[in-house]
Amino acid sequence: MSLLRTAFIKPESVLSLDLPQWSQLIRHARRANVLARLGFYLKTAGILEKIPAQPLLHIKSSLTFAKAFECSLQWEIHCIEAALKPLDIPLVFLKGSAYYVAGNSAAKGRIFSDIDILVPENRLLEVEVALINAGWITSTLDPYDQKYYRQWMHEIPPMRHLRRQTSIDVHHNILPKTCKFSPDANKLLANTVQIPGTNAWVLAPEDRILHSATHLFNGGEFEQGFRDLSDLDLLLKEFASQENFWTQLRYRAEVLNQQTALCYALRYTNKILNTPIPPEILNNAANRRNAKLSLFFLDLLFVSALQPGYGCHNNPWTEIARFCLFVRSHWLKMPVSLLLPHLLKKSLKQMNKLIA
Amino acid sequence: MKLSASSRKSIVQSLAGKGLSLRIGSFNIRLRSSVGAVADHLICLYGAFNILDGLDFIDFNVAINPPLSLRRYLRPQVNFSFDGYFPFKPLPYAQAPAFFEWGLNWCIASHSNQFLIIHAAAVELNGQAFIFAGIPGSGKSTLSAAMVCRGWRLLSDEMTLLCLSDGLAYPVPRPVSLKNQSLDIIRQFSPDAIIGSIVNDTLKGTVGHMRPPDSSVERSATPALPTKVIFPKYKQGSQTELAPLSKAKALLKLAENCFNYSALGKEGFDGLGRLCDATDCYDFSYSNLDEAIALFTELAS
Repeated sequence: MSLLRTAFIKPESVLSLDLPQWSQLIRHARRANVLARLGFYLKTAGILEKIPAQPLLHIKSSLTFAKAFECSLQWEIHCIEAALKPLDIPLVFLKGSAYYVAGNSAAKGRIFSDIDILVPENRLLEVEVALINAGWITSTLDPYDQKYYRQWMHEIPPMRHLRRQTSIDVHHNILPKTCKFSPDANKLLANTVQIPGTNAWVLAPEDRILHSATHLFNGGEFEQGFRDLSDLDLLLKEFASQENFWTQLRYRAEVLNQQTALCYALRYTNKILNTPIPPEILNNAANRRNAKLSLFFLDLLFVSALQPGYGCHNNPWTEIARFCLFVRSHWLKMPVSLLLPHLLKKSLKQMNKLIA
Repeated sequence: MKLSASSRKSIVQSLAGKGLSLRIGSFNIRLRSSVGAVADHLICLYGAFNILDGLDFIDFNVAINPPLSLRRYLRPQVNFSFDGYFPFKPLPYAQAPAFFEWGLNWCIASHSNQFLIIHAAAVELNGQAFIFAGIPGSGKSTLSAAMVCRGWRLLSDEMTLLCLSDGLAYPVPRPVSLKNQSLDIIRQFSPDAIIGSIVNDTLKGTVGHMRPPDSSVERSATPALPTKVIFPKYKQGSQTELAPLSKAKALLKLAENCFNYSALGKEGFDGLGRLCDATDCYDFSYSNLDEAIALFTELAS
């Protein structure tokens, strides 16, 4: 098992590492964008000051950075709230920024580049105009990309603030319209929770987990896969103590058409990070994927792809698994009748770029 | 063991294999590279640095290698990788040694928040560290390179590492980067200076690196107390002129020239405050290196 996985499961395990192992742990944590989170684990376990001086410097350095990041995140959230205030819509934050405003443990040591918000689809235009007026511009001027996003995707093209260079993704759903698992966004919006004393809203706890799950397991990007899996692990542990949590989680998965994503989330957080999940829930999830063979292959792919340390311990299998899952994510995203023209168009554009 | 005690063959082998580990100031780095020019760069400029064995902690794992693309046959390039990913776009093959220096600058500047990192050169004499800060092109590297050629200890070029807990400047005495006409100025000023391979047409123009004195490298575990903060300005034909600068102005100018000032927040502000309180701050214009060095040597005595 990789040092990083072990450290996340059992932080005390790091106390027995020698210096070359520490080099590897720091390297893998930095590569997986979880060094500050590792620091948070060690701090919580009360062993931060017991680790050797050299790795400690790197962990403290990343904790310092994480603190500054939180500060700028808070400011960015304030700016978005101010820009959208006149519209009088509940401002729903998603993913990293949601964990932050909700004070979830998954926000600890989480460094990310975009803020994601969810707005009702019929208010998209107003939101976009308000953001433009406040200094955000669209990040792509390519007419094909613009059309592709607006026609098929669950978000408008990412926007970037002219001065601060920060990014915002404005969503109207959590999956593309073309994806067969795409839920009814109204059901998400109807179930949101307001952060007391603010105009910030977040998805209900179960929906937050389901969104995190669907983002990871329907998406094609596994560069940050381990970090995202750790988010799920932290969210599940945090909410598990709520009354009827597991029943409610399963119920919401059904309502939002996310049973498959939930099945993977439970299976792989448990397999990779030993997340405690009641056996009947776990078995139930596995039985949903009754084809044993397909589950066998998915295990092979996901367990490899979600390994931290890609690119530094030269595991070609991880790269192959990630490539397969990247292809799979496109199958899931849209029907072949749309996918093939899209890929063709994209590769022609790429070739044009190379020739030009 | 010092790098100069190894043969070129064994250096090339280490670089191409598991990597060559070096102690550079407070940092341990491991470099892998299949590029011959990188090995030559190390042999020419890093001879006095110690090679580490496999039992040490490694702060930064970096590599300089050509990308695996067909393009390598047409217009060869090199990539800088850190922890197995590529923070920068590839550069032309000929710039490999300089890319290593720039990449390592970035590694240190973006992952060492135990220091306040000022875009400045630092040199030391008689236990007094002088910090030369300022925008690129102000002549801080040239001035510190010349001082180092006249017996000052090189603490660092490009970045001054100010420790927030003890207020000392920590050494990273890596090769001094010289650009364009500075190369000729230093060659004339000190014919003994060892300058590595020259790379033309980089983003910064023509670039070469000067080997740090062996004595600076040998003392790289010893930090020094900053006593002067100087903003040099090279102006052709100008008089040597040292003008006192208020501490408040110096602080603001330094804040603009830090790599991680905003990441450190209040700690960074306090650190700069303590630095300016404890040092004399000056604007400095010069055109004659000998006069400048005589003046600073006097100040440090």
